[in-house]
Amino acid sequence: MNNAETHRETRAVRTRRNTVRLAVWTLAWLLSLALAVFGPRFAWDSNVALTVMAIVLNVAAGFGMILANIRHLKGLDELQQKIQLEAMGFALGVAVVLGLAYSALDITDVMPFDAEISNLVILIGLTYFAGVLVGQRRYA
Amino acid sequence: MKNRLKVLRAERDWTQARLAAELDVSRQTANAIEKGKFDPSLSLAFKISRLFGMRIEEIFEDEEKAAD
Repeated sequence: MNNAETHRETRAVRTRRNTVRLAVWTLAWLLSLALAVFGPRFAWDSNVALTVMAIVLNVAAGFGMILANIRHLKGLDELQQKIQLEAMGFALGVAVVLGLAYSALDITDVMPFDAEISNLVILIGLTYFAGVLVGQRRYA
Repeated sequence: MKNRLKVLRAERDWTQARLAAELDVSRQTANAIEKGKFDPSLSLAFKISRLFGMRIEEIFEDEEKAAD
């Protein structure tokens, strides 16, 4: 194995390790969120102390996920980072513009139902995913 | 930015994967640089120049200068 192949393996291994770490933290965050939301109803009969503990656990897992994501991004090469940056910029812009428009529709009662934060999270996820796909195609 | 990466790679009979490995970037990045779709950072350009033992301007073409 030459020096370059060692480098390639190192990069591949590093990226895979960072991706797995990010997936684990994301799963932990999701599970802790489910615990915080459904625990009071199904597990501990709305005990406030336990609910607060579940939410603190969820926030801690969330910060772990954020740090894992930063580490993952730093491990990418410069083009991959550029694709991620453009996708995140697109997702943030769409979230601000459409999120506030969505909120305005709710506040002004134009919309017959309440605005849900989960809809905004889904919108961010979809636009980020679309942004990554566009970036991958642009530089393919 | 136009460049001579494809020619230099062919002279050494390297695949794009090999070039990517030598530069410690993904194959997608090596391909995008080679096709002129992505301009590398200065540090990566220096890495490329060291790899081929040539000056940066011998590998990459300054298109603004070429247009003058």
